[in-house]
Amino acid sequence: MTSPVLLIVVVLLPLVGGIAVGAMKAAPAGQVKLIALGISLVELVVVALIWAGYTPSGTGYQFATSLDWIPALGLGFSVGIDGVALVMIALIAVLVPIVLGASWEEKLPAGRTIGGYFALLLVLESTMMTVFAATDVFVFYVAFELMLIPMYFLIGAFGGPKRTYAATKFFLYSLFGGLMMLASLIGLYVSSKDYTPTGVGTLDWAELRAIANQIPESTQLWIFAGFAIAFAIKAPLFPLHSWLPDAGAEAPVGSGTLVVGVLDKVGTFGFLRICLPLLPAASAKLAWLIITLSVIGIFYGGIVAAGQNDLKRFVTFTSIAHFGFIAMGVFAFTTQAMSGAVFYMVAHGLATGLLFLVVGMLTSRGGSRLASDYGGVAKVAPILAGMFLIGALATIALPGTSSFVAEFLVLLGTFKTLPVWGAIATVGIVIAAIYMLWMFQRTMTGPVRGVGVLLPEPDLSLSIAPATPQILPPAASGGAVLTARHAAPEAVPHAPAQPLPRLRFSDLTGREILVLTPLVALILLLGVYPKPVLDVINPTAAQIVIDSGHTDPAPAIEGANP
Amino acid sequence: MTPTWYLLLSALLFGIGAVGVLVRRNAIVVFMCIELMLNAVNLTLVTFSRINGNLHGEVMAFFVMVVAAAEVVVGLAIIMSIFRSRRSASIDDANLLKY
Amino acid sequence: MTVLTQAAAAVEGTFAAPAATGVSSAALLLVALPLLSAAILLIGGRRLNAAGPYLAVAMVAVPFVLGVLMFFQVTGLADGDRIADVQLFSWIPVDALQVDFGLRIDPLSLTFVLLITGVGSLIHVYSLGYMAHDPDRRRFFAYLNLFVAAMLLLVLGNSFVTLYAGWEGVGLASYLLIGFWSYRPAAATAAKKAFVMNRVGDVGLAIAIFLMFKELGTTSFDGVFGQIGALAETSPATVTAIALLLLLGACGKSGQVPLQAWLPDAMEGPTPVSALIHAATMVTAGVYLITRSYPVFDLSADGRLVVTIIGAVTLLVGCIAGCAKDDIKKVLAYSTVSQIGYMFLAVGLGAGVYALGILHLLTHGFFKAGLFLGAGSVMHAMNDDVDMRHYGGLWRLLPITFGTFTLGYLALIGFPFLSGFYSKDPIIEAAFAAGGVRGWLLGGAAFIGAGLTAFYMTRLMLMTFFGEQRWKGHQSADGHDYHPHESPLTMTVPMIVLAFGSVFAGFVLASGERLAHWLTPSVGEFAEPHPEILSPVVITVATLVVIALGVAVAWWKVGSRPVPVVAPRQVPLLIRWARADVGGNAINEALLARPGIAVTHALTEIDTTVVDRTVTGSGTVLAAFSARARRTQTGFVRSYALSMLGGTFVVLAALLLVRFV
Repeated sequence: MTSPVLLIVVVLLPLVGGIAVGAMKAAPAGQVKLIALGISLVELVVVALIWAGYTPSGTGYQFATSLDWIPALGLGFSVGIDGVALVMIALIAVLVPIVLGASWEEKLPAGRTIGGYFALLLVLESTMMTVFAATDVFVFYVAFELMLIPMYFLIGAFGGPKRTYAATKFFLYSLFGGLMMLASLIGLYVSSKDYTPTGVGTLDWAELRAIANQIPESTQLWIFAGFAIAFAIKAPLFPLHSWLPDAGAEAPVGSGTLVVGVLDKVGTFGFLRICLPLLPAASAKLAWLIITLSVIGIFYGGIVAAGQNDLKRFVTFTSIAHFGFIAMGVFAFTTQAMSGAVFYMVAHGLATGLLFLVVGMLTSRGGSRLASDYGGVAKVAPILAGMFLIGALATIALPGTSSFVAEFLVLLGTFKTLPVWGAIATVGIVIAAIYMLWMFQRTMTGPVRGVGVLLPEPDLSLSIAPATPQILPPAASGGAVLTARHAAPEAVPHAPAQPLPRLRFSDLTGREILVLTPLVALILLLGVYPKPVLDVINPTAAQIVIDSGHTDPAPAIEGANP
Repeated sequence: MTPTWYLLLSALLFGIGAVGVLVRRNAIVVFMCIELMLNAVNLTLVTFSRINGNLHGEVMAFFVMVVAAAEVVVGLAIIMSIFRSRRSASIDDANLLKY
Repeated sequence: MTVLTQAAAAVEGTFAAPAATGVSSAALLLVALPLLSAAILLIGGRRLNAAGPYLAVAMVAVPFVLGVLMFFQVTGLADGDRIADVQLFSWIPVDALQVDFGLRIDPLSLTFVLLITGVGSLIHVYSLGYMAHDPDRRRFFAYLNLFVAAMLLLVLGNSFVTLYAGWEGVGLASYLLIGFWSYRPAAATAAKKAFVMNRVGDVGLAIAIFLMFKELGTTSFDGVFGQIGALAETSPATVTAIALLLLLGACGKSGQVPLQAWLPDAMEGPTPVSALIHAATMVTAGVYLITRSYPVFDLSADGRLVVTIIGAVTLLVGCIAGCAKDDIKKVLAYSTVSQIGYMFLAVGLGAGVYALGILHLLTHGFFKAGLFLGAGSVMHAMNDDVDMRHYGGLWRLLPITFGTFTLGYLALIGFPFLSGFYSKDPIIEAAFAAGGVRGWLLGGAAFIGAGLTAFYMTRLMLMTFFGEQRWKGHQSADGHDYHPHESPLTMTVPMIVLAFGSVFAGFVLASGERLAHWLTPSVGEFAEPHPEILSPVVITVATLVVIALGVAVAWWKVGSRPVPVVAPRQVPLLIRWARADVGGNAINEALLARPGIAVTHALTEIDTTVVDRTVTGSGTVLAAFSARARRTQTGFVRSYALSMLGGTFVVLAALLLVRFV
């Protein structure tokens, strides 16, 4: 089946489904949740059909279609996929059901319904699908901006104690980038007029690609600047990253996973979808800048991550380091680095998704996001600690996990053209080991301790199933972070006579294990046998390198062996 | 008779209306001043219509009258409801929409 | 020169190994069985608590049997046919980069397979007894299996990327096993330290792979070794760079200077782990890497020189630190460090001598594993106390442990006709054979090291098994009296087997240069080193004399007088320096740890203050401006009307201005 209808369904189904779920105010919550999950699973099946029908060796966009939208300006609602878009769409389709499953018993702020939450997640899925499927720069832009709306409400309405601040910051930051992009978009449209055969401006990707090499470099530089700022904010690259820790930390776990796992990739995706093929001269000219920022980001993100006490902020900073790798791979202009960067986007989505969800499960049990409130969790909840370790190892790119293949390709490909930068970035893997294992050591190992793990007061009930909607002691409710810190020392002096520590939480439930298992399986599978995904990515990645006007350098010694 | 006088009268009426809007506090009076300004404009339109020898200005004046009538309907209703809730028709009292 | 002819042959494409046949084609099972077992044990849960450990033992023993079968198959082949590959699947294919997941069966990898699965099986059996009372032993055996699988992947991989996968895999297993008792902060810290320092080495290995791909366009052994000769002609510096980067990786994994500090700390892990990973197998992976990459090192004299220097320095550092430690496992750990220094020295001496390094590696695998298991048995008897000053006079109470330990001890110090003698003595001779000043320095270091080894090992023996029973009347840290007792059969049998190895392995492997000939297809022709400075007989005799001297000094300093139960504080500077790990930790602390923590704090602070405040600051400025501007919205209708009027006038004036001026 290679009908473009499938792609239209992928784009629209979650939107329609989300609106429907949002409208079902009267239905019982359990039913609404099942319907939302069902929609996301149908979406997954449709994406699987697309994957099956996709021809990796084919050129151009497949499943492509264009509907008239604003004919006066020659703009159409054009969608289609190539290898890069396909793997990203598949990543979204896999992550959303998992996120829904993980949010099944999410503790939401007062007055919010789970139905509304799931509806927004589905709408977000639709906008993300559109971004990756867009084959018209204008459609890309619109979807890029539309993503903000559900995400704004997901953070601002359903998030943690500082949610309003975080949501506003996220929105303004992204909007600023979006407007820069709009300016560049208009610039691109206007300057394309002089080069199209018809003399009419265009924003269609294929038509722009055809004239990309004719636009003079000086013009390209200005257009590139606007796009690059938007993408650097979204990705985020140092020093435009400061919205991510707040947004990631304040967002509820499910949407936080999607922010870090998918939404940010729109930035790096934009670089390789728009900047490289459509503005090749400017990309080549300014590659040094992006590479420098990327390498700074690798170290900066890693080092600042090591200094974090807030577990969710910690994960977001590790992501900043990883986005450094991805952006570096994109701008190294070799096939290996490009394929690696795309594969990295998938691998990072899985690894960080796993890590973020596990952190969410941990913090929802302990009621605090601070690492210092935990200790010796491995003794109390070995499965949780094991999942955390798998996520951690995938994050530090241990061989056997998908991240290894990605990081290896990025570094190897970068080393080919930029040996010094490649070598420096390789040192980043040591930093990764330090911050990850240090966090693991602080929270998971050592003696069982911390207000997040032990109950401070003996008169509290021991049976805290995650489903119980009870209000946990100060540490759990609003204003959590600060209160937890200050309330604990007051509470502890009452407890020294306790003979046995009383545990605040139990190990992962069956539902949680079920939710995490697909992620673990994919991480390991793609680490051992990444070929199916690489086969999809490779032709597109190679084409992007060619489009950007580069060729792989040949090795010094040409041998007979492969 | 030159049209200049009509225009001057119109300007005078407009000026009276404008000053009335700016200095009076009673909503009804302000409202009437606005009507005065609209009619001053109507006079100008009719005058120019006469000068140019076509009906464009007069047609325009009809539009203005229709708008004015609609405005009276809505405006008076608003003033009435404000008066009912506040026991005052002073426009300075109704300043909730400030910084 | 064989190397050059091989390189020349390789350019013509004859270097590619043929596909494996017969039992060797089942090489995947070697890796897959332990891995599968690890997965089953981890996923299976409590149900497998009882049966799991036996499954784990079986899944190491079966690969051992397979390894033996392969060994017989390969010995039946002609020299030239002994290298065979098992290509499994295409792992990372991207354009010019084609990384295949393949395994190589050749004499070198088979040697390691037999060592890993053989010693591994024994240690698995030993663990049955040693970990019998640990509630988490299912997890322990799972990790041990994971380690065996990763280690086999390391030695079987037929490309540098596959090797790297195993390389990091054993790092992970080592991390998990050192930190097995992770509720002990010291164990958790040691595990992290080991992993991080290993990663420093991994960076070297990774960059070496990148460099190979950049210059040669391939990462497979066949491809790299086939073309490295051509690269050496155009750019010898690049070959040296690759060699040094590989060496960095080897140093990290093998605990060589400057990355030695993690290995003694790794003793926080359970003792079978120390025996298997941190004595017999994983830490020797560096030696394997250098031997495996011999075509690279053969072409880089500078690279080899650095290898020998590192080996010589490390063997002295290890010996010196070993002399001052009171923790029985740390003495053995430093002994391992220094013995691996000998192996580095051997493989660094270049073409023809690689087999000596492997020989010492094998004999060391036997006697050091035996010694660690013996130490574990002693600890088992002594309530897990590791301080030798609390031991004493144990030989009567632990006869089997004492017997096997003594044989291991004699083998280690190089007692004539035991394993260590056959493997260490040729290395010392080869070091002297390097000739000139270099020969004197390297040979001298190896020579002194032999004496120091004799000293610290005799000291260990005397403090543990002889002298008065200092533990009488004392209590261990957990508040129990000491009741030394011999260990169960599951523990003593492996020790006895390893003791046999300690005695006979050297003779069996070294006589008639059997091992060297066996390894020829993998590491090139063996060339007996001929020291020109001194004749071999003189060196052998002198070495024996210095060993006897070391034993005598130990007897004089330790054996002939009572050992204080608490380590004396007033000691010469040299001993204090040796106790402080010869400054290794202090250097790391001062150069890396403290600045690293400072930078972390600084950057975290900067992120919240400078970077974030720039963003929020621009928002604040805008908000302040709005606060002023909104004052114009007074709420009075007429002020709005006036501004409209004013606006109208301005527009009119502007229009008139444009019209008439």
